[in-house]
Amino acid sequence: MLAMRHKTEILTTLFFFIIVISLFPLGVGIDKGLLQKMAPGVAWIAALLASMLALERLFASDYEDGTLEQMLLSPQPLFIIVLAKVLAHWLLTGLPLVLIAPLVGLQYHLNIDTIVMMMLSLLLGTPILSLLGAIGAALTLGLRGGGILISLLVLPLYIPVLIYGAGAVADSMLSHNNVESYLLLLSGFLILTLVLTPWATAAALRIASE
Amino acid sequence: MSLQAHQLACRRGDRLLFENVSFQVNDGELLLIEGHNGCGKTTLLKTLATLRYPDDGYVSWQGEPILKLADEFRSELTWLGHHNAIKLDLTAMENLKIACFLNDLVVTDDEVLNALEAMGLYGYEDLPVRSLSQGQKRRTSLAYLLLTQCKLWILDEPFSALDVKAVDFLQRVISQHIEKGGMVILTTHQEVALTSGSINRLNLVA
Repeated sequence: MLAMRHKTEILTTLFFFIIVISLFPLGVGIDKGLLQKMAPGVAWIAALLASMLALERLFASDYEDGTLEQMLLSPQPLFIIVLAKVLAHWLLTGLPLVLIAPLVGLQYHLNIDTIVMMMLSLLLGTPILSLLGAIGAALTLGLRGGGILISLLVLPLYIPVLIYGAGAVADSMLSHNNVESYLLLLSGFLILTLVLTPWATAAALRIASE
Repeated sequence: MSLQAHQLACRRGDRLLFENVSFQVNDGELLLIEGHNGCGKTTLLKTLATLRYPDDGYVSWQGEPILKLADEFRSELTWLGHHNAIKLDLTAMENLKIACFLNDLVVTDDEVLNALEAMGLYGYEDLPVRSLSQGQKRRTSLAYLLLTQCKLWILDEPFSALDVKAVDFLQRVISQHIEKGGMVILTTHQEVALTSGSINRLNLVA
């Protein structure tokens, strides 16, 4: 249903992520201890920024060519259509980040356990980013300079995901006491956003179409 | 079946586009909406299609307000706006199939091909729409009219960018739909000839 033929988009987010990640060791030096300490935060912040790159285009092209009107008028529930769009966005921007995470691990001297934990937390966290971001994308449709506005709207909402995502990875390096609770909280967020955000996005799209 | 507008009013910012617009469209009727540029034709159509809320008044379908019927009303409605609603990177075939899928319409490849052929796009069905001309893009989105089973068509400037032959053909498609008892509401600057059924005109004067 949603064939995305823009291969460049995956590559830009992916390369953006890799480059941001690689800049830190270049900037702060290659001290092993320091890098290990920074890794969770850096990886997660890079993931937040990378997943936001393609957000602006999530509904914008549909808005411009009139497809959005057809989606709003189709008898299919808008909730499902939004969910499909978000899933496509995540497959293109979230999933590649999860898969590339081991590369971060290598650059930051992380051990296997931590890398697995990073992939797991990204796997749970990146869909939340796409779901929350969709609200921002829908709200800023048709506005000039919408791209910057999205970041202002959405980044504050990303904070809990950042805290618990990076927390899970950091915790897995030190002890293993709280890892489970971090992951459970992330899963909780995921379920909550999965249920609530498509409604909010659908409502925002209806307003945008006026 | 009938679509009724009751005392509609629409504003765009501070400017009042129109008010006290009331009309009724019945089976087998065509409503032509006329008026100069910027008088609110598209806004009126969007209001009729639930894409926009009226600032005053309401629209009803078989006596029920359309905003209450929501999806039930939308499943009776085919809307073609200013934009072609086609994805430039997909082929004409794929575009039509997506449109049908979105509207719960089960079609075979042959039916889609026939619709494209009737629209004069034979041989172009496998090309990305990006490489087609403006008029051919318009034809692609109009080909959907040959497939849809909806009762009510709302068309915004359907004749724009079409050549004389395509305009003729589209007029035939519209009058066939009217003959079958369908309803059409459209804006145009062109005359529409009908073989049967009745044409009503609504002139929006700002």
